[in-house]
Amino acid sequence: MSELLQFLFSGLTVGAVYALVALGFTIIYNASDVVNFAQGEFVMLGGMLTVFAYAAGLPLILAAIVAIIVTAAVGVALNKLAIEPARGAPVVSLIIITIGASIFLRGVAQVLFGKQIHRFPSFSGDTPFRIGGATILPQSLWVIAGGLAVFYALYLFFTKTLTGKAVLATSNNRLAAQLVGINTNWVMTLSFALSAGIGALAGVLVTPITNTSYDVGIALALKGFAAAMLGGMGNPKGALVGGILLGIIEAMTAGYLSSQYKDAAAFVVILLVLFIMPQGLFGAKQTERV
Amino acid sequence: MRLSHKTATLLVLIPLIVLAPIFFPSNFYYRVGSLIFINGLAVTGMVILIGYAGQISLGHAGFAGIGAYSCALMPVHWGIPPVAAAVLGAVISALLAWLVGRPILRLKGYYLAVATLGFGILVYMVLTNETWLTGGPDGMSVNDSGLRDMAEAVGIDLKNSQFWYWMCAIVLVIGVWLAMNLQDSPTGRALRAVHGSEVAARTVGVDVARYKLQAFVISAVYASVAGSMVALQNEFVTPDVAGYMHSIEWVTMTVLGGAGSVLGAIFGAAILTTLPQVLTAFAEYEQLLLGLIMMLVMIFMRDGLLPSIMRRIRGKDE
Repeated sequence: MSELLQFLFSGLTVGAVYALVALGFTIIYNASDVVNFAQGEFVMLGGMLTVFAYAAGLPLILAAIVAIIVTAAVGVALNKLAIEPARGAPVVSLIIITIGASIFLRGVAQVLFGKQIHRFPSFSGDTPFRIGGATILPQSLWVIAGGLAVFYALYLFFTKTLTGKAVLATSNNRLAAQLVGINTNWVMTLSFALSAGIGALAGVLVTPITNTSYDVGIALALKGFAAAMLGGMGNPKGALVGGILLGIIEAMTAGYLSSQYKDAAAFVVILLVLFIMPQGLFGAKQTERV
Repeated sequence: MRLSHKTATLLVLIPLIVLAPIFFPSNFYYRVGSLIFINGLAVTGMVILIGYAGQISLGHAGFAGIGAYSCALMPVHWGIPPVAAAVLGAVISALLAWLVGRPILRLKGYYLAVATLGFGILVYMVLTNETWLTGGPDGMSVNDSGLRDMAEAVGIDLKNSQFWYWMCAIVLVIGVWLAMNLQDSPTGRALRAVHGSEVAARTVGVDVARYKLQAFVISAVYASVAGSMVALQNEFVTPDVAGYMHSIEWVTMTVLGGAGSVLGAIFGAAILTTLPQVLTAFAEYEQLLLGLIMMLVMIFMRDGLLPSIMRRIRGKDE
């Protein structure tokens, strides 16, 4: 029992990170129909920039804020310099552009930060809590709380604020949104900033547990993408559930079956889900207009 | 006289392959050349899948892994000669593609991308983790295919890198010739109809699911043969041959060069295979530059490098 609980804790921690990455995917996808494969690099930048701002003498919390703001600016730059000029290009070209961006950001990080592994201390110490025979790190609680908080904040943003509704309107129908006076370019910029900021936050939260290096983004982007697809692309609730589910499946497989095949298990589940529900768990059924 | 698309493609490709060695200052260039041809073969398959049928796959390196490990395992366990093993590997890849493709190809766009990605990762993980069979991440050696000895017996005495340059070139040309034939066949027309609009194709009686599956199976065979060539040439395989970065690389080469044409895709393969070799001079800036080039090409040359360049040349003529 305590074993199960232990695996559940580690699954929830990893799952919360996947959920944050998947939420980032979702926001950009909704605003622009682009799947941004550089999403994992935002997580890497969040962790990395915090490491260096902290090392430069800033208090940890300030370092984290600086990292999130800088990463958000990188997201805006990505939109302005690479996505907007390619508006109207086929989906595959946009995929290549964001893959190119991810390789580019990785390359920049490698030059600026080097190839070694970096870390900074946990927010509230490393003494684990004991719950029902299992242990959980305080930092894990930070990660899980962070994931839930971001989800709730996004929920409020999209349902209660005018700006959030403008983003939703743009994702529903770009042209119609423009016609009612929504500045869709600004919505795009906002979405990239938001998405990059959330990615960076994930990086800040998880780095004390997993450490970071210039190439952590690839794996996270793949898992986050898979989580978003599992939940149903474009649906924030799907991203949250998909991410946490993926994390738990991985942890359970690693614990009970084989740690070598934990990545495989996640993809087997995704394949099964997609065979039965081609739109993912929460995806809307789409009919193609002719 | 207007040349058919097929003849024109081969007329460009073959002289380039034959004449290129004149400018090779060292044997190393033969090696890069053969790598270009192997990638070229795989992306020719990708053109059938992406360019003709309009489907995407981020998992084709999985089939390359099957092709490569067939050449490594079958000679040891079943005593099958490596070259025959490559053929058997292609058959296995085709069967697997057929089995996996039926459910997967019902998915569209990004969902298809993640499903194929999952497939590729599964193959990679099996190759990495089943150490008792595959030697795990360290890889395993592949028996000498004996092809070079055979060539020597008939009087063709070439250095190893030179021999494989020509070997890969021949396989590539055959692959391209087959792909071009496919393009002009009823199947090719049906595939392009599917690409244009699945609904419209279905309306005029095209069995959409069947043709998509055909394209998937054929492209899997191309990838498998490419994997086998890697194994036979290096006489060594590691699970990396099935890594998802290779799948992504092949899609990138195809789209970067121009997914609509075989020649464009091979051009893309040539650029992306050579670029890292050139950029090693800039060592730590390699990734940065590679990413930058990918973005710039896709932003400013949306149809891919070759079609955009061709249009610019033609534009001046008119």
